[in-house]
Amino acid sequence: MKLITAIIHPDRLDHVREALIQAHITRITVSRVAGHGRQEDIEYYRGQKIAPSLLPKVRLDIAVNDQFVDITVDTIINAAKHRADKVGEGMIGDGKIFITPLEECIRIRTNERGGTAV
Amino acid sequence: MVKKISALLLAMAAMMVHTTGWAAETVATDSGTTSWMLTSTALVLLMVPGLAMFYGGLVRTKNVLGTMMHSFASMVVIGVIWPTIGYALSFGPGILGGFVGWDPKLVLFQGIDEAIMPTHIPEYVFAMFQGKFAIITPALIAGAFAERVNFRGFLVFIALWSILVYSPICHWVWAADGFLFNLGPKGAIDFAGGTVVHISSGATALVSALFLGARRGYPRNVMHPSNLVMTLMGAGLLWVGWFGFNAGSAIASNLDTARALTVTQMAAAAGACTWMIIEFLHHGKGTSLGVASGILAGLVAITPAAGVVPPYGAFALGAIAALVCYLAILLKGKLGYDDSLDAFGVHGVGGIVGALALSFFIRPSWMAEASAKVAGGWGAWQQLGIQATAVGITVAYASAASLLLLFIVEKTIGLRIGENDEMSGLDHSMHGEQGYGLINPN
Repeated sequence: MKLITAIIHPDRLDHVREALIQAHITRITVSRVAGHGRQEDIEYYRGQKIAPSLLPKVRLDIAVNDQFVDITVDTIINAAKHRADKVGEGMIGDGKIFITPLEECIRIRTNERGGTAV
Repeated sequence: MVKKISALLLAMAAMMVHTTGWAAETVATDSGTTSWMLTSTALVLLMVPGLAMFYGGLVRTKNVLGTMMHSFASMVVIGVIWPTIGYALSFGPGILGGFVGWDPKLVLFQGIDEAIMPTHIPEYVFAMFQGKFAIITPALIAGAFAERVNFRGFLVFIALWSILVYSPICHWVWAADGFLFNLGPKGAIDFAGGTVVHISSGATALVSALFLGARRGYPRNVMHPSNLVMTLMGAGLLWVGWFGFNAGSAIASNLDTARALTVTQMAAAAGACTWMIIEFLHHGKGTSLGVASGILAGLVAITPAAGVVPPYGAFALGAIAALVCYLAILLKGKLGYDDSLDAFGVHGVGGIVGALALSFFIRPSWMAEASAKVAGGWGAWQQLGIQATAVGITVAYASAASLLLLFIVEKTIGLRIGENDEMSGLDHSMHGEQGYGLINPN
């Protein structure tokens, strides 16, 4: 089992969520977080360009069994990437994906453990 | 010193005599009426941010700013158009066979700089009061196509709509030479804007929702309101502002004003109570959105009637409007069109119910006056005919003209936004901002 954590741009949330559902990855936790990577985002505030230090991001947490890791990751990458001029080229700020080993998973309702609980 | 003061007093007395002598020839300003009309003007403007909050709370988080901006855009765009040509088109003498008013002297209010109206208020106050109605009407429409319109297209649409739809209807119903104003013995009854504001915007809302199509994923996906707390605050502001809207529409500060204020309060409460009871019976729980909707349904229904119905009529209209609007919204679910925030379901339907049903609750003294003007008397059913004519004409004209405008704007600037922008949300795609930014630990 793996825990896939993706940090994406908020405006791609619905794109990613829909793509995941299309790929039959239907269990997901979404949180609003703030942070930054190398991105220098520019937003307008009362007509002034500002570069905020912390940028709003959306964090997705998805626990999957090993055979679903690739499809999940590919789907997120495909949907979260902003299409710049060239197809397949993303933009700075599109986000990151972290994959960590998942020791245990328990469904509270039934006490199921392990792969079936994911 | 005493001499100086008495000299001053003498001079003032002389001035007073002078002014009174002069005022005998023209109409004097009545400070009481003027004060109340100024207050009403401010109260009606308060409804616009109220509406922004009401609508903004109902849409998804990613569209909150875009939706609130629809109301604010109306405040600024119509705020420019109304003094420029809107007032002249609405309240100038009729041209084109009474289709619309026009008086070049009213452009930019040039001709009213010193005008005091027969109602004893400066014409500026009347023009500004009416301007607030012109502002809120296009803002109401935005509820029908929330979460899926291009901001630029919206701006052009409301500008054209205000000139080509609002001003003509306003002229027919409220200008002294308007043909609906003069229909029947005492005119089609529209005290504060049932037809001009609510039915015209409601009909346009329905046409827009059908023309633009549903939001992506509707009705399959549940679209949760971003902030019902804000919606309730908005509903509260609308209720308070409505006292200016209705009680100001008497253009007086007298018995009519008091009557309008009383029935406005009563209809709003009756509407909200009815909606709540229906929900208790239907779902077992009374929702906050239900109470807010009931308040609005009651307020919309009493708007045309506030000058003519006694208190029991206010209770009746509020209750009937809540019931019919509730059914209309259920029916919307069955029919499947996406009037996102029920602009038609509440304003269109509530307005039509109020404008028609008021015929049966008119106070006897009004009926007696109307009867005295017509041989053979005048009754509720005859007035219903007049009301139905006014409603029918408003619905037909607003729908047809709006459809044409929607088509033109869609083909030129574009009104329906693309799928990608719609998924990202209006705040990001139209404004490059985010509504609930303060929640981020920035």
